[in-house]
Amino acid sequence: MLERRGFSALLYDRIVPIGVVVAVIIVLWYGFAVLLNAQFERDQAARAKTEITTSQLIERTLSQDRPLLPAPHQVVSEIWDTTVMKKITSKRSLVYHGWITLSSTLLGFLMGTVLGISLAVAIVHSKVLDRSLMPWIIVSQTVPILAIAPVIIVVLNAIGISGLFPKALISTYLSFFPVAVGMVKGLRSPDVMHLDLMRTYNSSAAQVFWKLRWPASVPFLFTSMKVAVAISLVGAIVGEMPTGAVAGLGARLLSGSYYGQTIQIWSALFSAAVLAALLVMLVDLASRIVLRRMGMAQ
Amino acid sequence: MSVVIEAKGLDLTFGTGEGAVHALADIDLSIESGEFVSLIGPSGCGKTTLLRVIADLEKPTGGTISVNGVSPEAARLARAYGYVFQAAALYPWRTIAGNISLPLEVMGMSKADRQQRIAKNMELVNLTGFEKKFPWQLSGGMQQRASIARALSFDPDMLLMDEPFGALDEIVRDHLNEQLLKLWAQTKKTVVFVTHSIPEAVFLSTRIVVMSPRPGRIHEVIDCDLGDDRPLDIRETPKFLEIAHRVREGLRLGHSYED
Repeated sequence: MLERRGFSALLYDRIVPIGVVVAVIIVLWYGFAVLLNAQFERDQAARAKTEITTSQLIERTLSQDRPLLPAPHQVVSEIWDTTVMKKITSKRSLVYHGWITLSSTLLGFLMGTVLGISLAVAIVHSKVLDRSLMPWIIVSQTVPILAIAPVIIVVLNAIGISGLFPKALISTYLSFFPVAVGMVKGLRSPDVMHLDLMRTYNSSAAQVFWKLRWPASVPFLFTSMKVAVAISLVGAIVGEMPTGAVAGLGARLLSGSYYGQTIQIWSALFSAAVLAALLVMLVDLASRIVLRRMGMAQ
Repeated sequence: MSVVIEAKGLDLTFGTGEGAVHALADIDLSIESGEFVSLIGPSGCGKTTLLRVIADLEKPTGGTISVNGVSPEAARLARAYGYVFQAAALYPWRTIAGNISLPLEVMGMSKADRQQRIAKNMELVNLTGFEKKFPWQLSGGMQQRASIARALSFDPDMLLMDEPFGALDEIVRDHLNEQLLKLWAQTKKTVVFVTHSIPEAVFLSTRIVVMSPRPGRIHEVIDCDLGDDRPLDIRETPKFLEIAHRVREGLRLGHSYED
């Protein structure tokens, strides 16, 4: 196949395929918005005993206040209104709520990564811990987070801990798992020859760890961290729901559904998705930089 | 000359019961300082296992073995040997200089000392100028040379080599064989070299240990007195061919060519 270079490569390999997919999604979305919101408009017209034309119907379905499914432009303008047009200290600013969610996501992600690495190190170095810890780690993830989140929030609240930390803890609960599993695999990735080599040098367990196991596990760590940062965000949002919907993207979702503010729900949803994508991209960027410096990106 | 490796009635069985594999049986071998000894035989004859026993990477189940007059374990703890594996086994996240530095770091040498040894050994294997390259940027032959430099970097008395050139093409292998001989002449190390190539064994060795499979035994030890000066052309001389013939005969009598 002919290899494309420069702008032409960017255009044909990136912009065109992605653009086509986005366009298809937007068209489908408008179609469903009309379809789902039409019944309400017909009922309204029937109650007012008036006839509406198809073009009127379409126009109205795309500009309802509380549509079943808001149209893309409604969500975009809501996001614009609540980010750029509001002061970021305002309770109605998505930036404000996004920051609340982001801060507990990052704290939880950090704690989850540290916990996951610590567990993996313990598991790799002790057969007893491998057999005793691993089943519990797996079981921990089979418990639905929706069931556990309120328990954590309420219990911590009862002993006077509230705010950022309990939400971060839920992120930690979700994010330590991929890191632990990935790092167990990463720390065990050196082959027998590499381990034998360290043995011929009569190296200590600490030297085997720092000079062999740890650097060998770095690519695995970054892969796990990409998963972990995305579910940390999910954890933070879930953690914001039982707190009585004070602040954060989770709170926006919840209050939106209380008051039937579907546009608000969808814009919170989109903000969360964008935030997650940015976080994953950030980890990916860090991964590229680190692996290149280690000579492992070829 | 003094004896550096002495094995008597060495025995090694992997596993127990039905699945047990008798890898080494009744091995008697003594290797003197400064010798270049090749272990040759078909797959499964225990040549690599024997090398690993010398290196204390496997424990024998019977008999005795001493390395430098002490147990293999004590010799390993004293860092008596450098080991070269079948693959270069360089750490991909370390540069070539970083890989050669690895044993020196483990042994706690100062930075100045490390740099001086890295430079010296990279020159010894003709890799000067490639210090900052990563392993994947080098050819297979260059990688294996780097791994030899790594094994020599802490100046051990012995070099244990497990089919180091087995994965390389014949032209590169010839070239590295020549370089290895030069290196051996310069450093006067004792070398134990595992191979399954007859010409390689004859070209390099002062003695050739012919092994036979199931269980791994020493069939015959052949002296290889071709002298110190061995150009590649020596392979066409009658004396070389005669020794190669004796090795092949030994392998045949040891049932190496049977199913």
